Amino acid sequence: MLCQRCQERPATVHLTKVINFQKTELRLCEVCAKIAGSELGLIFESGFSFQNLIASLLEGLESDVDLYQKEAENSDWEKESQCQNCGLTFSDFKNTGLFGCGDCYSHFKSGLEPLLKKVHGNMRHSGKVPKRTGGLILIKKEIEEMRSELQQAISTENYEKAAELRDEIRRREKELQREV
Amino acid sequence: MEMNNYSLILPKWVSKEGEAGDVVLSSRVRLARNLKGFPFPNCANNQQLSEIGKTIESAVQIENCHAGHFNILRVKDIDSIERMMLVEKHLCSPQFIDEPEYKWLIVNEEQSISLMVNEEDHLRIQAMASGFAVDFSLDLANKIDDCLEESLEYCFDENCGYLTTCPTNLGTGVRVSLMLHLPCLTMVEQIKKVLSALNHVGINVRGLYGEGTESYGNIYQISNQITLGRSEEELAGHLKSVCRQVIEQERNVREALYKESRIQLEDRLCRSYGILTEARLLSSEEALKLLSDVKLGVELDMISTVDKVKLKELMFLSRAALLQKVTGQEIKSCERDYYRAQLIRDYLRKSE
Repeated sequence: MLCQRCQERPATVHLTKVINFQKTELRLCEVCAKIAGSELGLIFESGFSFQNLIASLLEGLESDVDLYQKEAENSDWEKESQCQNCGLTFSDFKNTGLFGCGDCYSHFKSGLEPLLKKVHGNMRHSGKVPKRTGGLILIKKEIEEMRSELQQAISTENYEKAAELRDEIRRREKELQREV
Repeated sequence: MEMNNYSLILPKWVSKEGEAGDVVLSSRVRLARNLKGFPFPNCANNQQLSEIGKTIESAVQIENCHAGHFNILRVKDIDSIERMMLVEKHLCSPQFIDEPEYKWLIVNEEQSISLMVNEEDHLRIQAMASGFAVDFSLDLANKIDDCLEESLEYCFDENCGYLTTCPTNLGTGVRVSLMLHLPCLTMVEQIKKVLSALNHVGINVRGLYGEGTESYGNIYQISNQITLGRSEEELAGHLKSVCRQVIEQERNVREALYKESRIQLEDRLCRSYGILTEARLLSSEEALKLLSDVKLGVELDMISTVDKVKLKELMFLSRAALLQKVTGQEIKSCERDYYRAQLIRDYLRKSE
């Protein structure tokens, strides 16, 4: 859900106002919540959450020495660099732990890589590929699998199978070139 | 209270014992998917959210996915008790019903497959089965996924895999989880050691209803933490082999306790049975704890008068919203414990 005030950032704060027995509920982003809060004389402190955990994971990756210097450089990038598709900034992501659209992944690639390494220990998808729309990726994946089979066939001196695999790999590679 | 066939409202898998049913209550596989061309739910406006709903709804209707008839529920159109029931039956997450606007839940007749629309991701496909049935559930979820992909275009990247709202689900988007009943590991206080060891090998431990919920009645949920860089089968295989070890440890402790302090154990479990069959007030927490004891008693042949499947059904029927459904009336929360005790008494008597 989008912030009801700015209609730009995702709403992360649920604000309930009761004035003269009139209850109004607002769902705001952190920035607008701070503004709305200060109008009412409130101070917001975001509590512990799973998302904060992501932020702390990201920060824990840098050594203390570089931290101050980096923080100054980073904070500009984090606040200013916006995903062209959905308008999310990296500091929005650090606050919520959530991306706004698929394009965010390519836009924030450099900031995201250390996090992915820490969470998954791995950077490259090696699982399922969509059947209908996967197309070329599926062929590439098959070739990769056959290559590792080929290595295995060679190491176990199963040359007959290795030859078969080699021919099949060539055939599939040609197919791939034709498609491109 | 009239005795109906209450099990009819429960998912079919609840009334089956399943493989390794002495320890594993259920297996679940969840796939996270997003549609191309839409912002993720947290950044989408209302019009986009409703378009996402319509797109998925019509994909389900076109491809019937060989999984029987699907019921499509608009979460905002159902009352709060019905919503809570969906959580108690594990058909959706507690977060899903928090904000019911622009959310759809699509469930098959057997209630083994559910699709959450506009939770954290556009689409979450979930398959559940009784006992230790990871492969079966993964296969089922994959079939539904393939089938829906015939008419949906997913957000997918060659390097990153399926793109998800939270990067902790990136890649396969798969979360395999098992619900385990571990009374003896808990009894001998080894459970913390076991669970923290699981954390070191990339396995998460959660409470009864998933993330951020508590564990009652010695029931624990374990699931894979990593989703990127390994295939679905590898991730499931890893969880399976870890789970087998936990099952074995639980069984070993059961055997040791049976040999070494049989009378004490039998006394404790039979006392619990006594309370369960005679009590007039039972909170849901106490009921789950006692049901856990009686289940163990049945597994160890110390209690022979109770049917295992009935016990498992009671673990569900004694939950607050389901309890209201089976008694067929609105119960005030102060009366709930009374009706719960009555339901359990009647149900156990019937099974004798």
